[in-house]
Amino acid sequence: MNTFVREMRGAYAFVERNVNLIKRYWGWELVWLIYSLTNALAITYIGNGMSAISGQEIDTQYVVTYLLVGALIWQYLSVIFYAISEMIAWERWEGTIEYTFMAPVSRPTHLVGTTLFAIGYGVVRTLAILGIVVAFFHLDLGGANIPGTILMLLAGSVSFVGLGILAAVLPLLYPERGAQMTNAVAAILLLISGVYYPVETLPGWLQTVAAASPATYVIQGMRACLLEGRSTIDLLPLAFTLIGVGFAVITLGLVIFRYVERYAKRTGRLKRSG
Amino acid sequence: MSTQRLERVGANAPALEIDQVRKVFARKDRKKGKGLRRRRKEEVVALERIDLSVSRGEAFGVLGPNGSGKSTLVRLVSTLLLPDAGAIRVFGHDIAERPFEVKRMINRVSVDAAFFKKFSPIENLMYAARLYGLSAADARPKMRAIMKRLGLEEETFDQPMEHMSRGMQQKVAVARGFLTSPILLLLDEPTTGLDPHSKRDVQAFVREIRQTHDATVLLTTHDMEEADRLCDRIAILDKGRIVALDTPTGLKRLVASKDGNQPTMEDVFLALTGRTFEEAEAEEVKT
Repeated sequence: MNTFVREMRGAYAFVERNVNLIKRYWGWELVWLIYSLTNALAITYIGNGMSAISGQEIDTQYVVTYLLVGALIWQYLSVIFYAISEMIAWERWEGTIEYTFMAPVSRPTHLVGTTLFAIGYGVVRTLAILGIVVAFFHLDLGGANIPGTILMLLAGSVSFVGLGILAAVLPLLYPERGAQMTNAVAAILLLISGVYYPVETLPGWLQTVAAASPATYVIQGMRACLLEGRSTIDLLPLAFTLIGVGFAVITLGLVIFRYVERYAKRTGRLKRSG
Repeated sequence: MSTQRLERVGANAPALEIDQVRKVFARKDRKKGKGLRRRRKEEVVALERIDLSVSRGEAFGVLGPNGSGKSTLVRLVSTLLLPDAGAIRVFGHDIAERPFEVKRMINRVSVDAAFFKKFSPIENLMYAARLYGLSAADARPKMRAIMKRLGLEEETFDQPMEHMSRGMQQKVAVARGFLTSPILLLLDEPTTGLDPHSKRDVQAFVREIRQTHDATVLLTTHDMEEADRLCDRIAILDKGRIVALDTPTGLKRLVASKDGNQPTMEDVFLALTGRTFEEAEAEEVKT
């Protein structure tokens, strides 16, 4: 059989399996969607209340849009991060990890399938939240650069795929605590990457850490497109840098994952319960 | 299909060669010390310099109590573990050097029917089929035929697995194992915990597959009768070591008959290890 066809069938196995998981756990999906939606609304309402809180005249519309862009982008990027970083954790929860790892599917193929699903799922989920949120707030995106926004979103996705692979190593190494550790990684990225505030508001040492987070640049680029209408040409150097960094992180992630998979096989960690 | 695949793989290589394989696990020392000594780990030898060779088309049994190293052996052959010493070859391919070639030739049915429990049998088997590169068009009729042959009702094919009995789930696990037409099938206690009827169905299917598909079978079990009934040769494993290896008749010949009756495999185990099977299992629970 043609190797390419076989690998594509392998990749599709993960897409179909994840779609089936959503169908079978639709109740959880609904709860999670409501949580994400209310979270985005609550954060955005902080912008609405800024004048009342500070007692000063501020550009509420700008602050609301600033926060909403952060909430939606984080929503999308974190879905990609979790879908990939939990690819091992799901197998452990369901008890299928041994069957998936003894199947003749390469790890890059496993990753391609998981990534295709993650991007599709992230787009659908974020659009659903956006559709509801616009009913609560007046959004003026008349001067926004939409093609530039899509470019930045795609460039940022590459980096988050890489970060997801790096975090997926944790459930492989730590069968019982690994999944919780990926939550901590996501929380740190949220803190340092300027999702809801400018990075400059952080202490100096955290700003240095923020400079190493690809999310910092994705969010800055997205805001430049949506709030300032920056042209796509202006953003190309940043987009290419992000894509380059993203592929470097993916390569590093795959190398580390391969090493850790061998370690797990030496120490007997590829068990459903660990 | 199996014959063509056998021709492609090493022409004269045995189905499975296990050569001086050793596997040790580290576990936390139960005797708690203070400070750094709390982190101390002890080594548990799961397999100690195991040697065996399984011929093509043979049904080879590995018999031993819980904790004797049977599942470790199967997980090593499944490429889920790497040996600390020694080598394992499947149709001439080393599992550490050429795992993908090995993975395409094997499949496994284990004691725990591990599935996505909210998925139906069809969804679970389709996932497995795609992972092994089968098209949906080829896999769908095949999975239905195997499940029917195993006695599963057609109306259960689209029901969530969590609503099925343990016996029915295990039959779906057997169907998954055979779906990819493996030329080496690893059966790790496939009938443990099944009701007598389901056990008979699974055993009959294993015999049928051997006759019709030219598959080699490695069966681990702690069911003496099952090993006797299904296997051409049996290795008795105790504390990670092979203590005897022969045909069922040859093993029984090692033991003098009692009161004129033919010795059972339990008599063989007692004679070779100095313990009954139950004592060996109880000992393992204590350690």
